[in-house]
Amino acid sequence: MIRSDRILGVVVVIVALAFIASAYNLPAGNLFDKLGPKAFPIIVAAGMLVSALGLIFRPDPEADWPEMTSLVSIGFATVVLIGYAYSLKPLGFLAPTAIAAAILSYQITPKPLYAVLTGIGLSAGLFIIFKYALGLGLFALPRGLLG
Amino acid sequence: MDLFANLALGFEIALSPMTLFLAVIGCFLGTIIGALPGLGPSNGVAILIPITFTMGLDATAALVLLTSVYYGAMYGGRISSILLNIPGDEPAMMTTLDGYPMAKNGRAGDALVISGVASFVGALLATIALALVAPYLARIAYKFGPAEYFALYALAFATLGGMASNNQAKSALASFIGLGIALIGIDNNSGFTRFTGGNLHLADGIDFLVAIVGLFAVSEVFFFIESHGKGSAVGVVLGKVTVPWREIWSTRWTMLRSSAVGFVAGVLPGAGASLGSFMTYMMEKSIAGKNGGFGTGVAKGVAAPEAGNNAAAGGALVPMLTLGVPGSGTTAVLLAVLMTLNITPGPTLFADRPDVVWGLIAALLIANFVLLAMNVPMVKVFVRILQVPPAILLPGVTMISFVGIYSLSGSYFDLLLMVGFGVMGYIFRKMDIPTVPVILGILLGYQMENNLRHAMTLSGGEWTYLLSSPISIGLWVAAAMGFIAPMFLRRYLRKPQMVTD
Repeated sequence: MIRSDRILGVVVVIVALAFIASAYNLPAGNLFDKLGPKAFPIIVAAGMLVSALGLIFRPDPEADWPEMTSLVSIGFATVVLIGYAYSLKPLGFLAPTAIAAAILSYQITPKPLYAVLTGIGLSAGLFIIFKYALGLGLFALPRGLLG
Repeated sequence: MDLFANLALGFEIALSPMTLFLAVIGCFLGTIIGALPGLGPSNGVAILIPITFTMGLDATAALVLLTSVYYGAMYGGRISSILLNIPGDEPAMMTTLDGYPMAKNGRAGDALVISGVASFVGALLATIALALVAPYLARIAYKFGPAEYFALYALAFATLGGMASNNQAKSALASFIGLGIALIGIDNNSGFTRFTGGNLHLADGIDFLVAIVGLFAVSEVFFFIESHGKGSAVGVVLGKVTVPWREIWSTRWTMLRSSAVGFVAGVLPGAGASLGSFMTYMMEKSIAGKNGGFGTGVAKGVAAPEAGNNAAAGGALVPMLTLGVPGSGTTAVLLAVLMTLNITPGPTLFADRPDVVWGLIAALLIANFVLLAMNVPMVKVFVRILQVPPAILLPGVTMISFVGIYSLSGSYFDLLLMVGFGVMGYIFRKMDIPTVPVILGILLGYQMENNLRHAMTLSGGEWTYLLSSPISIGLWVAAAMGFIAPMFLRRYLRKPQMVTD
């Protein structure tokens, strides 16, 4: 039976093998550094292998995953956060923060007007706190607009 | 006497207006963080770290602020346990067992006051014990060479991992994943780049703050999206709060016993506050016997876990300061603070930076009195704050995390990594894979490898050198026991189920 423990176990086995393969290309130790840069990574990767095999052969009962709609909205939230990470620098603080906060707020409690107000309020409030109370160097607006 | 001279030095630093101000702010923020469901000491401290650094506070000031938040969160965790039957953080879970029934009997105010006083007793005694015990442990730690340190790190992983999950393989996996992440980047000894896959952003390694904020704070928002913010605090009412003096006096032995047990549980590497509150509740329950009424809402049932978990919080600082090995998730986060400030915890810390150590201890003593004042007369303020709906709180926490990490590194790549760690935290917690060993691995990986390499170079490549001293043999035996024992004790140590309505 396929369980998420087994899937993760297989992924970790692949990562651990890649780790070992990559570590083999590193030089061996010398007199001043007996182990060199390759020994400890191989120990760690071996540990990953053994514990991952433990997961594959003795998996726990399946985790309590949420239904599909929740998974989709969590995936969507991830995409929003990635977009937020990319836009923070070119677009300034205010607009991306308001949009990202509003979307997350809507996803937690689906009330449109409330979410929009939360987004705007958080964006403005946090900007004031960060910029003036804590003195962080944030840009409010896209840098192009300010010249 | 040494102790008093040291404490005098500490109070000289702690009583400066700036430090006092930071302690009060820290206590206030900490209590809020602890009280809000979904935010606990570890993720609360985590989101504040980047902000603290960009404010440019010096080492003592930053530590005072963040440890006050830590202590405050331990106090605050009980508020939502009692009023909502939702632990504000994991160590406060045991407080729901008698705290919530008390609130249902219309005695929410009494429960909050008794648990506040118990928190104060536990935390104060633990801070005093910390001042007494830590210098001695630091002296023993001078005897530690690289082989002993390597064994000590193994012990920390073993006990923390042994306690953290119901499946030893998952704890071990989490530790090794953390260690693996720590290896990414340039190897400082040889100058070779390892495991970056040619990505230049990874050459400097993965900043542990990015991992901490991602795993502890960002992952939380996914949980709230899944649950749509159910179980929030809207509509809680709290009547007039009076101090039930006689009832507090009746729990005096409970508080003292629980403080002692909690402190010891905290000092053990990896055990931490959750174990402290669990052990003290169980101990008091068996002392009180069947007629003690534990579980129906009695004062002792609230006093024991709160004294226990706050004492454990103080105890957990002992191994963190003297050995550089954290005793719990939050002290792992505090260790990250020290490392970022270029302070190496360990025995030399007590000799080289007495201002940091004793300033911190003095500030914690002061913070306890501030917290008592905030948590007993002012408790209604925090009950009000608890009603912030999650649809505002969680987006706020996420945005603060982003700004904090961004202002620290200015790199969008770190933000992407943070989101990645957030997703990983969600999946891992769903699958009952503990995230604290991952953090511990990222934090200690560099030191662990260095000590191993140093030990091997000293011994000329002889692996038996790792077991050549009684101290290191003792540590390895303890590590093996700490990892294996929970498998057999699990039957008896099963966490009790939450009270249901």
